[in-house]
Amino acid sequence: MAEKTAVRGRPQSVPELLARNVAQFGSKPAYREKEFGIWQSWTWREAAVEIESIALGFLALGAAEGDHIAIIGRNRPALYWSMVAAMKIGAVPVPLYQDASAEEMAYVVDHSGARFTICGDQEQVDKVIEVQETVKCVEHIIYQDPRGLRKYDHTTLHALSDIQGEGRAARERLMPELERREGKLEYDDTCVMLYTSGTTGKPKGVVLSNRNVIETAKNSSEFDHLRPSEDILAYLPMAWVGDFIFSIGQAYWTGFCTNCPESADTMMTDLREIGPTYYFAPPRVFETQLTNVMIRMEDAGKFKKRLFDKYMAHAKKVGPAILDGKPVSMGDRIKYWIGDKLIYGPLKNTLGFSRVRVGYTAGEAIGPEIFEFYRSLGINLKQLYGQTEATVFITAQPDGEVRADTVGVPSPGVEIKIAENGEIFYRSPGTFVEYYKNPESTADTKDAEGWVATGDAGFFEEETGHLRIIDRAKDVGQMADGSLFAPKYVENKLKFYPDILEAVVFGNGRNRCTAFINIDLTAVGNWAERNNIAYGSYQELAQHPRVLNTIQEHVETVNKSLANDEMLSGCQIHRFLILHKELDADDGEMTRTRKVRRKIIEEKFHDLITALYDGSDEIYTETEVTYEDGRKGKIKATLQIRDAAVIEDTAHTRVAAE
Amino acid sequence: MNDMSTSTVTEDGRTIGGVMMEMRNITLRFGGVVAIKDISFDIREGEIRAIIGPNGAGKSSMLNVISGFYHPQEGEVWYHGARRKAMKPYQVARQGIARTFQNIALFDGMSVLDNIMTGRINHMSSSFLDQAIWWGKAQREEVEHRRKAEEIIDFLEIQAIRKTPVGRLPYGLKKRVELARALVAEPKLLLLDEPMAGMNVEEKEDMSRFILDVNDEFGTTIALIEHDMGVVMDLSDRVVVMDYGKKIGDGSPDEVRQNQEVIDAYLGVAHD
Repeated sequence: MAEKTAVRGRPQSVPELLARNVAQFGSKPAYREKEFGIWQSWTWREAAVEIESIALGFLALGAAEGDHIAIIGRNRPALYWSMVAAMKIGAVPVPLYQDASAEEMAYVVDHSGARFTICGDQEQVDKVIEVQETVKCVEHIIYQDPRGLRKYDHTTLHALSDIQGEGRAARERLMPELERREGKLEYDDTCVMLYTSGTTGKPKGVVLSNRNVIETAKNSSEFDHLRPSEDILAYLPMAWVGDFIFSIGQAYWTGFCTNCPESADTMMTDLREIGPTYYFAPPRVFETQLTNVMIRMEDAGKFKKRLFDKYMAHAKKVGPAILDGKPVSMGDRIKYWIGDKLIYGPLKNTLGFSRVRVGYTAGEAIGPEIFEFYRSLGINLKQLYGQTEATVFITAQPDGEVRADTVGVPSPGVEIKIAENGEIFYRSPGTFVEYYKNPESTADTKDAEGWVATGDAGFFEEETGHLRIIDRAKDVGQMADGSLFAPKYVENKLKFYPDILEAVVFGNGRNRCTAFINIDLTAVGNWAERNNIAYGSYQELAQHPRVLNTIQEHVETVNKSLANDEMLSGCQIHRFLILHKELDADDGEMTRTRKVRRKIIEEKFHDLITALYDGSDEIYTETEVTYEDGRKGKIKATLQIRDAAVIEDTAHTRVAAE
Repeated sequence: MNDMSTSTVTEDGRTIGGVMMEMRNITLRFGGVVAIKDISFDIREGEIRAIIGPNGAGKSSMLNVISGFYHPQEGEVWYHGARRKAMKPYQVARQGIARTFQNIALFDGMSVLDNIMTGRINHMSSSFLDQAIWWGKAQREEVEHRRKAEEIIDFLEIQAIRKTPVGRLPYGLKKRVELARALVAEPKLLLLDEPMAGMNVEEKEDMSRFILDVNDEFGTTIALIEHDMGVVMDLSDRVVVMDYGKKIGDGSPDEVRQNQEVIDAYLGVAHD
């Protein structure tokens, strides 16, 4: 392996990177996982041995080159190893979303034609067995956690450890074949296939080559000066491109350590124990953490509360400037230093951010206040913009040039152009190969010169060269009077309030905008408790008059700020209602990455939308819901509809006032 | 009565062995009150055995007889083919019998992990002095006990509350911690006193799953008392039905369901 790398100059595949890491960092930890209350770790050398035995086991089971191997489960080292093992034998790993229902899973399993599936536990095995009723391609199911599986028919079901045992036993016989296959891997061979969650239509299988993954990992690692000593916490879905790039791409390129939490419930504890130096989270995670901090501070003693408020105000004033290396007076620096000892340091420690050198958020817009909060504590939180088809990186914010409302400059190696309708196009070494078995969509998305349409509308800020995203290009529409309609822009403004979890704005082609609101049960529930408001359910709390009043205030404040924006003043919300249920991926209202599916919501709640526009004060509705175990039920509710004050065109108002 | 050597295989592939415990003509009185009247039944190795009955039927008393807390005035308890003499509860525990309580009996101020560790008490053999200075055998032992406790924590999926004081936990989780403490003793026979009392549907489902998994993974024999008929019928291999201290039915859930006396006891019968 090493000779081949030497000949070609640079590793050509992820398995080659693994071999390089074993040679360079053999005894350094590559993986850690908390199990039985203790952090277990594997060095690069140990991990390589595990991966090899899995790969040999695959060969023993008869896996062929070009086979797809589906991987389903929470982030665990053995599942990451299975992915690399699949690459080693010339197969293609296809990580799937573990919380997908059997029905959703059936589509991707069938589409990928996976002959093998690796499952984390019984839950996933059960789903695959259900999938097998309709989809015939799956020949073998391999599981990691044997719990509850003892009684199952084991003719095509295997424990991962058994597979590894078989692989080791047949090592001598199979090793030449493994070496032959591994030696054949080329830079442009497929590395991985990832399904996009898809805000519309069926998921598409994005094929990424070794070139895509390695070039992107190299460029982005250099951009942020990542080092082999970094620690990351792998807790985001393995099926998501970001996790693949951080936990495999960059981890293998740079040689840093991937840490897996004990379970989904212990994530926050594990985060604190590991103290990652490189951290990624969607805005929602940062929001939840901030909400929790604020709720706990409400319960703190008076003295502590005052101290917290005083120093947080100071941090807000000078923290971001210090982080960006801008000039700050000596006095302010000393005060910030004291604050760091008293407040910021302990707080960062509680949150698990003591060691974070580089933190990223992406996927959705983040509220400026939330963003500033973390920055002011001295956490180098930045934004990036990317998608699966680009192997994540399109733009990212360089250190020292960080702002809440932009997504940064083009990442190294990425070219960007903006079409006349505002849509963003890019071309980069990370640009995907194709959509699997879907040449039509491939051609629609990627043109002959390699330019890829992102489907997002945005523009470059002239003075800074940073990209700003407005909305999904197809969601940007026109109101009846021809003014611009950008729902997501407005929704994000609403969602920046901790009380509001989700918002959906309507108004395309109509003369005024209206909105559905989802309250955040944690924040509003806490507020209700404090104010002695009793409630029996989400639904009841959502329709409480005082909750409606609060939300109305938020809507009106957003209207005010929209009125100042010449382009978007038409998007002010005239009427709104609070939904009786949380929008949920299980009901198809959101994607698994929690983006709202407008079309489906419009169809499902058409009666509510009609009511928003026909002037009625309340509406009775029944909605079908799906519980986590797949059963269906109905919820009934009478929803209040509120009118929100809007500010007419400034010119008009002035005339009217006089 | 079943032959000791027979073993049967259930539909779902579990093996149920010979008789593990046998109650022969048990009568228990409290002064003039007869709580249990001449009851006989057996518990076979590897099975889930339920004792059901309306309020005041004598179910908890029966469980207390099994656990050695009450001593019946008449009758014999046979365990592993030998007649059991009157014993202290701790002696019974050493024989591999563990239990949970209807009203949770945990140490509120201690963490979940510490509570579970107390379940290992019968497996600790290092001296008081060794433990006090935490040296040699005591140290090795603790590592082993902690490992066992962690396995159970993993099994019952309570990793996230490992360090939480029990007093701060909601009811459903406390029940789970109690089960963990019983399991960590590695019992051969596990007695569960109303494991689902006061739980909502979801918690009941979780608990049922765990009871089945315990039986399946560790091969533990389980005797449980439960009010909820639906749960009992789904879980158990065989059911004993009691009413006013008497046994009125004994058999598979289906047999019991069709037993006229059982139907009368649960639904009431017209007295004319």
